[in-house]
Amino acid sequence: MKNPIIQLKSLTKCYGSQKAVNNLNLDIQKGEIFGLLGPNGAGKTTTILMMLGLTDPTSGSAFVCGYNATNNPISVKRKVGYMPDSLGFYDDMTALENLMYIARLNGLTEKEIKIRTAEVMEIVGLSSVMNKKTSAFSRGMKQRLGLADVLIKEPEVIILDEPTLGIDPNGVREFLTLIKRLSKEQELTVLLSSHHLHHVQQVCDRVGIFVKGELLAQGNIDTLSGHLFGKAGHVVSISLVNDIPQPWTLEQELQKLETIKQITINKNTVEFECEQVITPELVRFFVEKDYGILGVYQKDYGLDDIYQKYFEDIN
Amino acid sequence: MMSQSLSKTVKKTRVNSPFSVMVHKEMADHIRSWRFIILIGLIILTFIASMYVSLGNIRSAIGNVNDPDHTFLYLKLLTTTDNSTPPFHVFLSFLAPLLGISLGFDAVNSEQNKGTLTRLMAQPVYRDNLLLAKFVSALMLVAALFLVLVFLMIGGGLVLTGVRMEPQELLRIIGFIVISITYVGFWLSLSIVLSIKFRQAATSALTAIGIWLFFTVFYQIVVNLAIRSLLPDPAFLTQDQILGYNELILNVLRIAPNQLYTDASTTMLMPSVRSLGPMTMEQMAGAIPAPLPFKESLMIVWPQVSGMIGATVTCFALSYYLFMRREIRS
Repeated sequence: MKNPIIQLKSLTKCYGSQKAVNNLNLDIQKGEIFGLLGPNGAGKTTTILMMLGLTDPTSGSAFVCGYNATNNPISVKRKVGYMPDSLGFYDDMTALENLMYIARLNGLTEKEIKIRTAEVMEIVGLSSVMNKKTSAFSRGMKQRLGLADVLIKEPEVIILDEPTLGIDPNGVREFLTLIKRLSKEQELTVLLSSHHLHHVQQVCDRVGIFVKGELLAQGNIDTLSGHLFGKAGHVVSISLVNDIPQPWTLEQELQKLETIKQITINKNTVEFECEQVITPELVRFFVEKDYGILGVYQKDYGLDDIYQKYFEDIN
Repeated sequence: MMSQSLSKTVKKTRVNSPFSVMVHKEMADHIRSWRFIILIGLIILTFIASMYVSLGNIRSAIGNVNDPDHTFLYLKLLTTTDNSTPPFHVFLSFLAPLLGISLGFDAVNSEQNKGTLTRLMAQPVYRDNLLLAKFVSALMLVAALFLVLVFLMIGGGLVLTGVRMEPQELLRIIGFIVISITYVGFWLSLSIVLSIKFRQAATSALTAIGIWLFFTVFYQIVVNLAIRSLLPDPAFLTQDQILGYNELILNVLRIAPNQLYTDASTTMLMPSVRSLGPMTMEQMAGAIPAPLPFKESLMIVWPQVSGMIGATVTCFALSYYLFMRREIRS
């Protein structure tokens, strides 16, 4: 078993009587892209702040890169790049000056700074505007500059808090592709918080669903859907040219297939619920019996459904 | 990546500590800001006005043989007035709080509101470095400003009059500058505390100005009111008792930092001031009205100076307490 790079042990944070984060246990391995998914006010930001030592946990501990974030925040911050959800820059300075300031604070020498800033600006695609004041920057550009800020210190872990907030769909796609590429190229561990399931689905290896301060489930998307909908099984619906007569003589024959648990007939569509994927067999069966098939639809469970399911349970 | 490994192999040469990087940046920010330019303008105007008045009256002040301080030309330059405008050190007792407050009232809350504080605190820097950088950078600028003004005055005086300067005078003037810088430091640290406490810059500025007004205007009134209603009628007291009460009143008034500053700067600039409290006839008997040596004046103002430093340190400790364990969130 490898040592996890981020390790949260029964982390709890209370604001007065309200529990923002409740007994959170989480391990994230090196090189992973982990998505922390949850609605607003679920305690995602609070968890991230505790990982960086920017707020103290009420109980429990957070270890990042082997350091305790509460007692030794400086060592953690040396290895971790954090991009907050509401990014702010010094408006009277240019993008390059903003970036150089952060680089200097990280103890880079002037020579390194020159090379690194040019490199990083190139990576995030801001080279052409780096001498403009940040007050003129759009939200998407600020987000990129924020990423440059994170990359300048050559971190081992990147923590992004709501990185896709307020950028247009095109920008989101580019941004996420960039993160994915960087993670692969430089073996970065990425922790990404969001309430946007689709964004998370696009890039994350593993997802944790976080609601009201509690981590309800974690794992990759297949595991999560299997976990949730395992009992329901796979659903295949086949629509035919003609309506199916009632009672249907072939139903008996299909029932003999063991994996099929339930057959629902609705005019010209038949829905099968089965334990294994038998879509090809079903299609062959219909073709052999001379039925005209209009469409076959195999239902997959996406994050949307997973999310929905969890919220149903909560509300 | 090729380029990455390249930059990693660059030899580590001299690296500035995060603290000095922050101080550099804060100072650059101050110098570029309109606020600081206006403040410099204000101080220079005051300086020119008071110099103009004192230069016009310097002949009569130096010629006044009844004044034991009349031989100190350069001290006279700073203190002489014809009552049309207050002398420079009195002017400064009004302007110094303004200087301190305006340089510090939005030190932390503006960073928080802009969202730069979170970004800054996510870097490997100690939190207290930020507070210290804000304090030190502003104070360094103020110190530079005061020193430049006073050395300009001394140099100008030397060129214009050709009078030799006593070493004692230089020491006294530098002492006065140090006291003034400490005084600005007190208001600066107070306003930094308020900038941590209040999220809105306007609230913290207003509170700081409120405290300043209270001490300059209302504090004396309040103390006088309290004394009149609490103390017995002086007609029924012996002289010793009256002296004791006077001492008490003075000590209460000395809680106000501007009182400390006025006391200290007056003693520094007027060598004949022998005591800041009341003196009995016995103490006065046999005393020749002559200027005190520098060391003696320093001994007189030492409690005042340590009081101001103490107040500054208290404010600073409070700002540490408020900031160190706070949740940084925008």
